[in-house]
Amino acid sequence: MPSVNVDKNICKGCEHCNVACPQKVLEMSKDINEKGYFYSVPAHPHRCIGCTMCALSCPDMAIKIKVHGTQYKYFSY
Amino acid sequence: MKTIFDRPESMTKIESHYCPGCTHGVAHRMVAEIVDEMGIRGKTVGIAPVGCSVLIYKYMDTDMQSAAHGRAPAVATGVKRVRPDLCVYTYQGDGDLASIGMGEIVHAANRGEKITVVFINNAVYGMTGGQMAPTSMPGQKTTTSPKGRDIELCGSPIRMAELLSTLKTPSYVVRASLHSPAHIVSSKKALRQAFKYQLAGTCFSFVELLSICPTNWGFTPVQSNKWLKDTMLPYYPLGVFKTPEDK
Amino acid sequence: MPKILMKGAEAIGEAAIRAGCLSYFGYPITPQSEVGEYMSRRLPEVGGVFVQAESEVAASQMIYGAAGAGVRVMTTTSSPGYSLMAEAMSYIAASELPAVVVNIVRGGPGLGGILPSQGDYFQAVKGGGHGDYRCLVLAPATVQEFVECVMKAFPLAEKYLNPVLLIGDGMLAQMMEPVDFDAVKTAPQLDVEGWATTGCKDRPRNVVECLWLDPQLCEDFNFELIEKYKRMTAEDCYFEEYLLDDEPEMVVVAYGTTSRIVRTAIEELRKDGYKLGMLRPITLFPFPFERLRALSDAPYMKAVSVVEMSQGQMLEDVRWAIRDQYPVGFFCRMGGIVPSPEEVIDFLKKEFVTRGLKGAKS
Repeated sequence: MPSVNVDKNICKGCEHCNVACPQKVLEMSKDINEKGYFYSVPAHPHRCIGCTMCALSCPDMAIKIKVHGTQYKYFSY
Repeated sequence: MKTIFDRPESMTKIESHYCPGCTHGVAHRMVAEIVDEMGIRGKTVGIAPVGCSVLIYKYMDTDMQSAAHGRAPAVATGVKRVRPDLCVYTYQGDGDLASIGMGEIVHAANRGEKITVVFINNAVYGMTGGQMAPTSMPGQKTTTSPKGRDIELCGSPIRMAELLSTLKTPSYVVRASLHSPAHIVSSKKALRQAFKYQLAGTCFSFVELLSICPTNWGFTPVQSNKWLKDTMLPYYPLGVFKTPEDK
Repeated sequence: MPKILMKGAEAIGEAAIRAGCLSYFGYPITPQSEVGEYMSRRLPEVGGVFVQAESEVAASQMIYGAAGAGVRVMTTTSSPGYSLMAEAMSYIAASELPAVVVNIVRGGPGLGGILPSQGDYFQAVKGGGHGDYRCLVLAPATVQEFVECVMKAFPLAEKYLNPVLLIGDGMLAQMMEPVDFDAVKTAPQLDVEGWATTGCKDRPRNVVECLWLDPQLCEDFNFELIEKYKRMTAEDCYFEEYLLDDEPEMVVVAYGTTSRIVRTAIEELRKDGYKLGMLRPITLFPFPFERLRALSDAPYMKAVSVVEMSQGQMLEDVRWAIRDQYPVGFFCRMGGIVPSPEEVIDFLKKEFVTRGLKGAKS
């Protein structure tokens, strides 16, 4: 199962990733990070399909995607 | 576990100063990804403008030069002409390129400089606090068009891709956008093609990327994407406007 | 090498090429367009780069880029064009890049005229653009000296990592004079890998920029510049002394084309028994303050005069140098009019009278 990891202290709480995720994995946390932003968290990680759309929408490269074994390529990027 | 998406190697570890949601960060990342893909970090020189992205040289881990406001295409000309084996690109905003730097971009394109220009069009002057730019939309409220841009007084927004595509000198001119994942993917393709033309020594390449400025537009980042789609996209059609093969 | 008769503008171009400068970015402007024309013919012959820019603004930014990429580069222009290059000069000084610029000064202000003038002295010597910086400014008086100054300009620019500005005028640029390119040798280019953007393949990346958001860092840099200009003053302040070693009553200060006319006037006056000489600054910055001060302090020295093709710009530095010990005689022609030897002779004779010197009787 692919895993999405959001670095909570790099995140600026812009919510692009929430909107970008087709599986609605990511939501905004209720608490703030060290910069004072509500950061994004993978609320439903088991739904992640490893499409990387959240990561490519993130302006601050706060999101890292990992997969077990091969990755199913939905589009060429 | 295999990492399939992470920060590109050609980027430094410094966190960017950009406002939350500003898609400068996405454009930076894609340029760095392409530099990684093409294995050209050791021979790339980026030219930073004056504007929000003036600090791009802190984020790109390649040789960089920072140009005076609007002059990046001239600085890039100087670098590329004397070291043609380098991959030289400029990264500029709409105030920098379409206003003070209009002379430089038109003539660099017309001379057919073998450089790549990454042009971020977010319809305002960002760094200086949201003034009207040559690309601001009709009726768009900015700090210098408080009642909305009046095209009777300030003229209509300038379409740089169309403008440059009228030049006879062969070039690659494309406009893409950064307001959704699908658009980001097509922007990457456009950027990659631009750098390919440069590395092949074919022609001047120009990539206009519609981008958002949540802080100065007065929207949230997500709302800003919607405003771009509803207001800017109809006026700034996406697509390839010129390829070196065109006669 | 035998002397060859060459037009000043072309000699400037050829000297640059002989100094290893194989890239030129310029823009046409009378009275120095021939430099660009010459370079557009010659540089391709030697595998060099010639670009005619869309403006002097662009040309000056192109030399910024090329200098930042670690090659010897030059541009030439004339007064109004040089005004457009002021921003780039400040950037080149602030980014500590070596670049050579030639300003063939013409009558001003405004569109002015095209004939010789020295009305750009302040602009050249006091920085010219925004911020605390100086160019090292060389003011040759003959086409041969122009060639030698161009040859020396590149190593000087690299020694200080600072722009070097050469000041001339239409007479020097348009006149043909015998030139020997081997009279002076340039120095090889220093290693640039430490700072130039040549591609960071086998080294940490280089960044050419001049932005200090932290004021303390900006101040620190400004203190460095103070030290740099002190070093320039100590090591590279050049001037010529003409007939100053027999305790003359008056020293005339003049540079460039004007100094040639003053030289003729002094020769004539010497025949009539007047005892005077000339101090000719070759570097306008660093200006020879110490030497001029020493001369004016000398017991035998009674008067200082200045002849300039401007309203009196170098005049201020001369007065500052002698601390207004005594009034400085000043004669000028402007707008492109070059003073005649007769005019200068009359002026100097009157000076001898008004200052109560022995003059012809000495």
